[in-house]
Amino acid sequence: MARPRVLIFHSPGTNRDAETLRALEQAGAEAEIVHVWDVRTGTVSLADCRAVVLPGGFGYGDALGAGILQALDLTTWLQDAVGTFVEQGGRVLGICNGFQTLVKSGLLDGGCEPVKPGNRAVTLTHNERGRFECRWVHMAPAADCAADWLQGLSMPIFCPVAHGEGRFLTRGSDTLNHLAVQGRIALRYVHADGRAAAGSYPHNPNGSVGDVAGICSPDGLVVGFMPHPEDHLLRRHSPVPVPVDAMGLRLFEAFVEAL
Amino acid sequence: MIRLEIRGGLGHRARAVTAQLPFLGLTAIGTCEATAVYFLDADFDDDALELLCARLLRDPVTETAAWMRDPRDHAGSPAAVEVARKRGVTDAEARVLENALVRLGLPPARAARATRYEFAGTPGEADLHRIARDLLCNATTERYAVGWLQPEFEEGAGHSSRCETIPVRDLTDVLLAALSRDRSLSLSLDEMQTIRRAFRDFGRDPTDVELETLAQTWSEHCQHKTFKARIRFRHEDLQGRPIGTETIDGIFDTCIRAVNHEVAKEWLVSVFEDDAGVIRFTDDLDLAFKVETHNHPSALDPFGGAHTGVGGVVRDVLGVSARPIAATDVLCFGPPDLPDAEVPAGTLHPRRIREGVVRGIGDYGNKLGLPTLSGAIVYDRGYVNNPLVYCGCIGVAPHGIHPMGAEVGDLVVALGGRTGLDGLHGATFSSADLAEDTRETQGSAVQIGDPILEKGLMELLGKARDERLYTAVTDCGAGGFSSAIGEMGSELGVEVHLDRIPVKYPDLAPWELWLSEAQERMVVAVPPARLARLQALADHWEVELSILGKFTGDHELHIRHEGRTVGRLPMDFVHHGWPRPELNAIHREPSTRAPAGTPWTDGDQALKTLLTHPSVSSKEAVIRTFDHEVRGGTLVRPLTGPCQDGPADGVVFEPLEAAGSGRAVAVAQGINPMLGLHDPYAMGGAAVDETVRNLVCAGADPDHIALLDNFCWGNPTLPDRLGALVRAAQGCRDAAIALQAPFISGKDSLYNEYAGEPIPGTLLISGIGIVPDVDRCMTAHAKHSGSLLFVLGDTRAELGGSLLHSLYGLSGGTPPVTKAAFRDRYRALHGLIRSGSVLSAHDASEGGLALAAAEMALAGRMGMELDLTEVHADPWHALFSESNGRILIEVDPEAVGVVTEACRDLPLLRLGRLGGKRVLMRHNGTVHVDAAVEALTAYWRGAEL
Repeated sequence: MARPRVLIFHSPGTNRDAETLRALEQAGAEAEIVHVWDVRTGTVSLADCRAVVLPGGFGYGDALGAGILQALDLTTWLQDAVGTFVEQGGRVLGICNGFQTLVKSGLLDGGCEPVKPGNRAVTLTHNERGRFECRWVHMAPAADCAADWLQGLSMPIFCPVAHGEGRFLTRGSDTLNHLAVQGRIALRYVHADGRAAAGSYPHNPNGSVGDVAGICSPDGLVVGFMPHPEDHLLRRHSPVPVPVDAMGLRLFEAFVEAL
Repeated sequence: MIRLEIRGGLGHRARAVTAQLPFLGLTAIGTCEATAVYFLDADFDDDALELLCARLLRDPVTETAAWMRDPRDHAGSPAAVEVARKRGVTDAEARVLENALVRLGLPPARAARATRYEFAGTPGEADLHRIARDLLCNATTERYAVGWLQPEFEEGAGHSSRCETIPVRDLTDVLLAALSRDRSLSLSLDEMQTIRRAFRDFGRDPTDVELETLAQTWSEHCQHKTFKARIRFRHEDLQGRPIGTETIDGIFDTCIRAVNHEVAKEWLVSVFEDDAGVIRFTDDLDLAFKVETHNHPSALDPFGGAHTGVGGVVRDVLGVSARPIAATDVLCFGPPDLPDAEVPAGTLHPRRIREGVVRGIGDYGNKLGLPTLSGAIVYDRGYVNNPLVYCGCIGVAPHGIHPMGAEVGDLVVALGGRTGLDGLHGATFSSADLAEDTRETQGSAVQIGDPILEKGLMELLGKARDERLYTAVTDCGAGGFSSAIGEMGSELGVEVHLDRIPVKYPDLAPWELWLSEAQERMVVAVPPARLARLQALADHWEVELSILGKFTGDHELHIRHEGRTVGRLPMDFVHHGWPRPELNAIHREPSTRAPAGTPWTDGDQALKTLLTHPSVSSKEAVIRTFDHEVRGGTLVRPLTGPCQDGPADGVVFEPLEAAGSGRAVAVAQGINPMLGLHDPYAMGGAAVDETVRNLVCAGADPDHIALLDNFCWGNPTLPDRLGALVRAAQGCRDAAIALQAPFISGKDSLYNEYAGEPIPGTLLISGIGIVPDVDRCMTAHAKHSGSLLFVLGDTRAELGGSLLHSLYGLSGGTPPVTKAAFRDRYRALHGLIRSGSVLSAHDASEGGLALAAAEMALAGRMGMELDLTEVHADPWHALFSESNGRILIEVDPEAVGVVTEACRDLPLLRLGRLGGKRVLMRHNGTVHVDAAVEALTAYWRGAEL
């Protein structure tokens, strides 16, 4: 079977692109890092790729808020290219800063109405404890998640978070229920044995409502989450012995298989 | 002018301020609320402003926005403080906002930012000023107003472009000294006289550009004059009788470089020649390592100082054509609980310095995508006025790719940030003592960085290197272009046009353009034929490129501005014209007589005192604000054990670039200033030995370890300070030769004094080692119940200068020594780690075996029962002596035979067994320590931020 082509977007300030490339390649994709400038000018075409990944980092230094300026890129310079790509069923994965970008751009929103950037109903904001934090967490796919490729993951995924603005909040409690009903909660923070973190620190590392670590679009094609499975590809990457090795790689394998 | 207020998004900042108010004794003024304020020098209508808020400024879930065209319309409370960056201080966010306006189709406008803090309890004006000064605003880089702040938009700073001639030829010695002081040149009278003599020979007076160039190039910061000086050293015994008098022909040559004559390693690539030291890593790759200090700037503006400290050392690694892949940080602060009344005027509270430094390191390193892996924090009263901030960076490069040097005809090309008034006189400022008024007089020496700009430089230089587009590269650090271009052209001669330097604002004087230490700038030498390709790459990575001049071959430094020559000096005079200083040094040996009796009678209590000391206790609250996982190769973290919260000796990471090589990199440090106060020679040795031991305990090969030295000291022109420095340098020389570990790079920071009080002379040794098998890394935490604990290495009565002595206020006693025999132990241990015969390994240093064993126990949440009778006849020495060369190792009962065989000629002692939930230490039948692991863990974790 041909290796599906995946493009990893690099903006000024992107920094987890190289390890994301390694993860996708190990998982069976033909992956390439492309500069958003080249996508904007049409030098790089999205026509022959199956997925776009927005990796971690600090796009434009996260000036004016995490992901805000990369979101501006997505909704202006890249709107035609990415909009067409999504309409035609392409998959988009946003990790950490990429997730923040998808949320801030409106590509991943939780509201019932059509989305405009100014009235989205979900956000990622400063961690409840007020500072950047780097630690290993467990996350598990939420039941009935529309991104069905996540459903096959049997064990919680053990991998680090490293962010200052990863707290998932919604406008009104209805939004959270609405997201759950629509199968749009993709991943939640859990204990090592899979029990819900139930808001307890540090299992839920940032104070996200509903322990939400990631969400997806109603059709499951656009997915974003805060933790970094690309940092757990080998047994030796884990800080403690774990029952199943390299759960981060399993996530990428499931993603590539679904392409 | 428009004022926009965004409320609701800065709750985390407001909570942090509220939490600090009790430290100021201001509990009655209630909680703080923080608001982001943006100013636009424009006249947008409401639709435009709504668009701006919706797309960029207001988070629809957490924030609300309001705007006003006349600040008098403001409805908020006047009981508020507003803080903004001063004009001329880098504000990347305001620049980003200006660019984004145009992206949204709005007219271009200038932008400025501020943060507004309101207080529920309506404090009076005096309290508001106090909160502003002591908590919210750093006067070095920021300004504030009570009530509402008037914005200052970035614009022309109003400096003249005139070049002055400074008459020096006819000045008397008194006037020469006054000139050096008034212009902040930090040149000695001897040096000023040399300049006067030279210009008499030239038959003219210098321009300001020339005088400033000489001051920068000859500064302690750039030339390390003290380490090159000829020193008359008088070594005295305790009674003041001479042990010996010698002339030291340069500390650098006789103590640092001398090591490498004795320690020839085939894997050394570049040693003390370039911006960073370089060693071989794999068949195809080299590793670069550099550690810098940024002490003076961090004292004035902790955030900006540490921020640019990271940025500077990263550029050092770019300067040897390596890709930065990891960062280190070692910090020395005053006690966090220092009473406010004891903080001297002009000095920030240690808590505030720590908060800013930690935030600065995290902000820069995290945004660059560098794992900040390895470090230490030392707390002592001696650092209240002069905190120390050591920033390190490791890089990786294909072997042999660093080009050999510029050639005649190559272009001088500047890459990166624009030049402004920021950071003028950084090199000379860091070569002088701090004083109460330093903040006002030298504020421009401190800057704030822009890590995203530096990230672009990193990407661009990596591509340019691989395509071999440059023939030489160096960073713009202290002294700015004057140092970077001056050094690069020192062999050939160079012609530079200052009017081609891209500026942040107009009307900078020529000498200001030449000296500015604006951040995120690099200089490369480019053959003309390769310029077009470099320009294309620079456009791609959005890095500004400018051609400033060319390498001439006439051995002159020729500086031009707007068609005129503003400076023209022989390169030989610029780089070698300074008079070699002659200095005097005295050192008196400390008393080795042990203090009478022991003030501690209870081992449990002494162990608790050690575990709760802030220098020993957990640094988790700091470590977790640094990304230590990015790049996906971290194998041994700064926090270890089943709960990921125990101490680590060294860290290990596997660079992405080395995937498949099977090799990894270990990094560790040794620092023990308390020992140095007792005996600087012993400190030098202990720092080297601890570094090597930490690396071996993490899995590094003891025959593949390289060291870096960073001396932070007081005023070296005072003989007692310099005498201690000489002894510390001799100590690290002897230990490095004993352990066969070469030095590859180093840097010193002197004049760390305030009102005649020096810091404790502090030597940081940083080490980098090769782990030959990625799957055989080692950690310190206790692993399995039932396994056995051994100590490898003998224990002597060496409590002199120990942590325990310093905590109980004792002096005297024999300090620890470093011996060549330790090498055999480290090689034996490494062999056992390679064969998988050891379960954990932990070095015993400060706090002795008792603290080391307790750390293993708490990190592993595992009890142990130990008998220390055979360790030393005296129970307190058995528990707490700080003899070097000792490692605790955990061994599976089945592997005992292998371990004892491998160590048959070495001092190996079985101490006891792991298991249970208590730590027990016996000596000769008496129980000295009996504590629950849980209690030890709580002590160790208790003194956190």
